[in-house]
Amino acid sequence: MSAVFKHELRSYFHSLTTYVFGAFLLAFVGLGAMLYNIQAAVSNFEYVLSFGSLIFVVIVPILTMRVIAEEKKQKTDQLLYSLPISTWQVILGKYCALLIVYLIPMAIISIYPLIFAQFGDVYLLTAYGSILAFFIMGAALLAIGMFISSLTDNQGLAAGIGIAVVLFNYYSISLSEYVSTTAAGTVIALLVLILALYAIIRYLTKNENLAYGVSLVLLAGIMVLYFVDSSALEGLLPQIMTTLSLFERFNAFVNGVFDMTAIVYYLTVIAFFLFLSVQSLEKRRYN
Amino acid sequence: MITVEHLTKRYGEVTAVDNLSFQIDEGHVYGFLGPNGAGKSTTMNIMTGCLSATSGHVRIDGHDIFEEPNEAKRLIGYLPEQPPLYMNETPEEYLRFVGEAKGLKGAELAAQIAEVMEQTKITDVRRRCISALSKGYRQRVGIAQALLGNPKVVILDEPTVGLDPIQIIEIRDLIRQLGQSHTVILSSHILSEVQTMCEKILIIARGKLIAFDTPENLERELLSPSEITLTADAGAEEVRAILSSVPHITELSVTQEAGAYPVAKIKTDLGDIYQLSRSLFFAFAHADKALLEMTLKKANLEDIFLELTEEKAVEDSTAESEVTGA
Repeated sequence: MSAVFKHELRSYFHSLTTYVFGAFLLAFVGLGAMLYNIQAAVSNFEYVLSFGSLIFVVIVPILTMRVIAEEKKQKTDQLLYSLPISTWQVILGKYCALLIVYLIPMAIISIYPLIFAQFGDVYLLTAYGSILAFFIMGAALLAIGMFISSLTDNQGLAAGIGIAVVLFNYYSISLSEYVSTTAAGTVIALLVLILALYAIIRYLTKNENLAYGVSLVLLAGIMVLYFVDSSALEGLLPQIMTTLSLFERFNAFVNGVFDMTAIVYYLTVIAFFLFLSVQSLEKRRYN
Repeated sequence: MITVEHLTKRYGEVTAVDNLSFQIDEGHVYGFLGPNGAGKSTTMNIMTGCLSATSGHVRIDGHDIFEEPNEAKRLIGYLPEQPPLYMNETPEEYLRFVGEAKGLKGAELAAQIAEVMEQTKITDVRRRCISALSKGYRQRVGIAQALLGNPKVVILDEPTVGLDPIQIIEIRDLIRQLGQSHTVILSSHILSEVQTMCEKILIIARGKLIAFDTPENLERELLSPSEITLTADAGAEEVRAILSSVPHITELSVTQEAGAYPVAKIKTDLGDIYQLSRSLFFAFAHADKALLEMTLKKANLEDIFLELTEEKAVEDSTAESEVTGA
């Protein structure tokens, strides 16, 4: 794992995207700090992070698009397969390198509240709680970005899908207000989701029976629920969208609550997408 | 050293490798030979753990590649068909990564990197970006990578493809050197290459092993009925009459184009082709006719290769028609 980690880290500091990633993050958070903390003279640094989280839509795909797609393109994934290291070691090595690249601008950002504290009353506990949550939320987005990169050998496509996914996640709270709250509307939306799940399972495992099986079980569950107690389905879709949104959960921290369930949720998302990335790489061995 | 048992790989309906079994012993240069799409790369990818098999086993020094992949992979150095290089790195950086991934550290890592760079003659370009290197040098960096960690077996998939003639000669020399200290397996669809470099040849066609022997044995066993073509200063009928008195001719055809000397094609079952050429010479001498030209068609691997792969194709098609007929 350490070999992959060192190798990735070295290549990050050779490439421009790392610096672009750091610069964008710092610039955007800096802009937020200027608008909120200086011009509006608000002493809450967490508002800056809430504002700054929008930049993830751009910088996460920029950083993660090449992680695995580039290996496939250059056929260096074949080297990784033939080396005496496991796929988990490859994925964890790559992910830890991504975290280090992300940690550097975050280390600079965590000085800001201290600077502001010199000139006024800053509630440091919520500021640093939010910074920690901001870091872990970004880490979850990086795991998602890495998985998307593992699906294709085209960096541009990986970036495009990445932007769409993060953007959808960002706006899913606002969108959830507009989606149907009726039971029938929920069922239709869930059917679409099941179809997407079917496609993903089939693509990843190349096992049609497994994909059918999982989809049919879910479908049967929803149908049973619909006919037994359709009121349970009312308003479920907006609820799901809000629950799954990484950004919505971050708001709790901004409001001054250190929400442990959100942290657990972020860590679960990280573990889940790292697992999917491993499966996606392994899949090429079992096609 | 390497045991492959009943290896099969299917891609949906297509069978790329079909029940392949063979054993490879330590310290020789082996050649995988077969037309494009015969299953050479697939077999090599499975042997090196890059690809799973549908069924069958591969054991490297007793370690199953699917069950103990790390132990097995440590014994193998692999150069895939397209050298897996990071284009924006220098050979030195690249080799450091591969060495570390193979578990080398500190002074040993530095010493091995220096050694393989010396062996593959890339020391001079070690600080240049790989993307700026010629194809021949890239191939050497790929081979250097395979040699790190001092593996017992080095597997090279089409190591000379796309190189110019001088680079080909250099890479072949390098492979011959490697054969002295490692077991080397290489694949190629070029016969002469395998013939000059390898001590044992595995011919693969349509995913099946159809021959496994030394180049000399393959020639001797498979091409005993040989051919002589001759031209004589006589009429076609006269030539036929003279040849009818010569023993051990199994097939004969005499052709004569207008205004030219007749040409006779002779096949024999004699093991020693010179015995036939001697009696042909005397037969024409006794008849007082001048023998203008005599060409002995010696067997070469090209013929065996074509013969074997074609034979196999014919067998397959007859087998198929039998099945459909039934």
